[in-house]
Amino acid sequence: MAATENTSTGNAGGLLGWIDARFPLSKLWREQVSEYYAPKNFNFWYYFGVLSLVVLVNQLVTGIYLTMSYKPSAAEAFASVEYIMRDVDWGWLIRYMHSTGASAFFIVVYLHMFRALLYGSARKPRELLWIFGCLIFLLLMAEAFMGYVLPWGNMSFWGAQVIVSLFGSLPVIGGTLVEWIRGDYVIADATLNRFFALHVAAVPIALIFLVIAHLMALHEVGSLNPDGIEIKEHKGADGHPLDGIPFHPYYTVKDLVGIVVFLLLFCGVIFFAPTFGGFFLEAPNFEPANLLQTPPHISPVWYFTPYYAMLRAVPSFAGTQVWGVLVMGSAVGVLFFLPWLDRSPVKSIRYRGPVYKIALAIFSIAFVILGLCGMKPPSGIYPLLAKICTVLYFAFFLLMPWYSRLDSVKPVPQRVT
Amino acid sequence: MRARMKLLAGCLAAGLAASLLPAGAAFAEDGENYLHAGTNIRDAESLQRGARAFMNYCSGCHSLKYLRYNRMGEDLGIPAAEVAASLMFVSDKPFDDINSAMPTDSDKWFGKRPPDLSLIARAKGVDYVFSFLKGFYVDKSRPWGVNNDVLPNASMPFVLQSLQGLQKPIYKNETVDGEAKVVLTGVEPLSPGSMTPAEYDQFVRDITNFLDYAAEPIKAKRQFVGIFVTLFLLVFLGLAYLLKKEYWKDVH
Amino acid sequence: MVFVNEFGGKFMSEQVDHSRRRLLTVATVGTGAVGLACAAAPFIASWQPSARAKALGAPVDVDASQLEEGQMLKVVWRGQPVFILRRPKTVLDLLAGHDEVLADPNSNASTQPAYIKSAGAARARNPEFWVGLAVCTHLGCSPLGAFEPNDASQLAGVDLGRSWPGGFYCPCHGSKYDISGRVYKAQPAPTNLTVPPYAITADAHIVIGVDEVAKIT
Repeated sequence: MAATENTSTGNAGGLLGWIDARFPLSKLWREQVSEYYAPKNFNFWYYFGVLSLVVLVNQLVTGIYLTMSYKPSAAEAFASVEYIMRDVDWGWLIRYMHSTGASAFFIVVYLHMFRALLYGSARKPRELLWIFGCLIFLLLMAEAFMGYVLPWGNMSFWGAQVIVSLFGSLPVIGGTLVEWIRGDYVIADATLNRFFALHVAAVPIALIFLVIAHLMALHEVGSLNPDGIEIKEHKGADGHPLDGIPFHPYYTVKDLVGIVVFLLLFCGVIFFAPTFGGFFLEAPNFEPANLLQTPPHISPVWYFTPYYAMLRAVPSFAGTQVWGVLVMGSAVGVLFFLPWLDRSPVKSIRYRGPVYKIALAIFSIAFVILGLCGMKPPSGIYPLLAKICTVLYFAFFLLMPWYSRLDSVKPVPQRVT
Repeated sequence: MRARMKLLAGCLAAGLAASLLPAGAAFAEDGENYLHAGTNIRDAESLQRGARAFMNYCSGCHSLKYLRYNRMGEDLGIPAAEVAASLMFVSDKPFDDINSAMPTDSDKWFGKRPPDLSLIARAKGVDYVFSFLKGFYVDKSRPWGVNNDVLPNASMPFVLQSLQGLQKPIYKNETVDGEAKVVLTGVEPLSPGSMTPAEYDQFVRDITNFLDYAAEPIKAKRQFVGIFVTLFLLVFLGLAYLLKKEYWKDVH
Repeated sequence: MVFVNEFGGKFMSEQVDHSRRRLLTVATVGTGAVGLACAAAPFIASWQPSARAKALGAPVDVDASQLEEGQMLKVVWRGQPVFILRRPKTVLDLLAGHDEVLADPNSNASTQPAYIKSAGAARARNPEFWVGLAVCTHLGCSPLGAFEPNDASQLAGVDLGRSWPGGFYCPCHGSKYDISGRVYKAQPAPTNLTVPPYAITADAHIVIGVDEVAKIT
């Protein structure tokens, strides 16, 4: 084998052989890329996995560069961000790539998760894949929340103040817990510093491990497809799925197109509308954190507003606000159970009846409306709307074992369409 | 193909829904209507006038601590010698931040330290700044004799009074939440200043324009770079698409 | 004739156009590489000294007109101490006469601007003022001034040797320099004291950090 090959000539074949005898490089490439067979009917919804990866890499690289100039102390943080924006060569670009990337991450991940609801990607045998994904989503929310505190603007401070004090509603341990999280009696320098450590080191490391686990779980069972059928059930004489094509070159080439379209939109925002109307970079955050002055509306960044709306929708009961916190937590928690809630004999929405289609439409619209409610002050029709949509959100999941079974189904094809 | 059409329709619907969100959702409070500033950061002469006006009338109390003199000179096309002669305090160096002469205990004089204005245009918007500078009116109950209809009970004296003259408030009787209240609905001229209303408008617009620049000095350059980035990506998209189509002949 | 390939794709009788594929692949990969390089450039550029670094490292303007003969100032430029010494005429006259005790009388191995090297023994733009980094070239200690010629023990307990022409002495390991910062032979210090770029204005202001001073009218 290659172990005894003379590699002193240094040509590429020799070098690769030398490496392969010591590290499964070519093997990994073959098994994971050039001979990983994916269904040939991937559609628009299948771009968002690789786009999530692209945004993750963007956040890691721009984040590292920001750390080179950012100062994680209450006294210097705000000024250090302006230092990056003005004094560091091209610092403004690195900053905007990072702030736009944070919002882009959630757009891409929400659409990625929506695909699973369309085609049954969470179902057996992909339950663990889905669970890893939910864990990634949870960590992503923590990462984004802590990241938003770091610029130490006024919304950073007050948003952190509100969200961290939610934990105070937990019975018995609440007060101590909140002080423990903060490391102080209010959101302070100690809080900022520990959020920095978590945001820059701990959570990204955990995220990277989870993303690798997520991809390993995917490759173990193979990708699903818009028809919801398992392509491995029909293999050709060569052992490859009849409806499969090698990921490289077909999906490398196709994903490249998707990535460039994404980059056009991404760069459009960065260069022409980096605050995106105040949704990606909020106006109150251009003022430094001020303990004595609360912004007129405290609302979280847009990607958290659906959950914030649910939190506010639940009224106080028995003298405590903890129910809202529990409901908000359950909204993410219920996702983990999706693989076992869906009892339909078919996976893809293409072969389900009208019940699921209506349910999914209602769920999606409710989620968007919740987001809008979360942005508004709690007056007018918004509180009622938020309550209704919270119920609809949970109904989608909690009633699914029944309506998914009662729904009609269409005959599922043997081969992809 | 059908699925793509449905998706496009969905996107348009979402876009339509999003457009129903109040424009400038980040700034406008309920019921606030700011005057339209009409600034243009590419108008170099306006920026220069605004810089000079700021240094003459504002920098005595307000700092621009995140902006350096030499950067301002380069971006606005003012030669270094001119910056040193007309815009800097004698003790300043070109690379210094633009600080004000205010001592640190200035809150004793005004009740509040005059805030740094480096980011005011991004924090509150250019329309706010424009309306604020036009919104002073006489109010004998205030320490400096003036109030502001954009920022009620502002601590700031009206340093531009000699230019704009004075305004007086317009009150109306309105029912708010079922109660009869006297509400401030606007201001109108009381006595003239050395500038005509049109001149003062332009003067304030120049200062607002300058503060818009000061809040994000890189704005013009980033839009410029963006054009090239977009063009490159469009070319790259064309190539990537042709490549994809070529390889996918194998599949279809 | 229609062929069906392994993926179910159908081909007309002409086969896969490999040359078109190669061309498109090369063009796309090439363009992508250019894009990647352009995207990397700002990140690399961000390591350049920032505007704040340039501000902190900006030239330092010193009014030397008030210095008396034999008096020395120490100022800070780019985080390093700089000597500004007004040399008395008696000491200047002694500069030429002791090349044989110096390790590098012509400053070939040491660091200074071209206009300093070409100034010969004076190592200064105006021989009356000597400007140099107060950093011993051995291990970075701050040398002491010993400006009296022929006074071998002007620094308590230190013997500067016969016919000491005036100069600098580093207390850490005993390196000796003459009044132009040129190091003696067989010293711990290897090279002459570094001279930074500087300019002298008409009104005896020494501006450290620039070669020329732009006129501000």
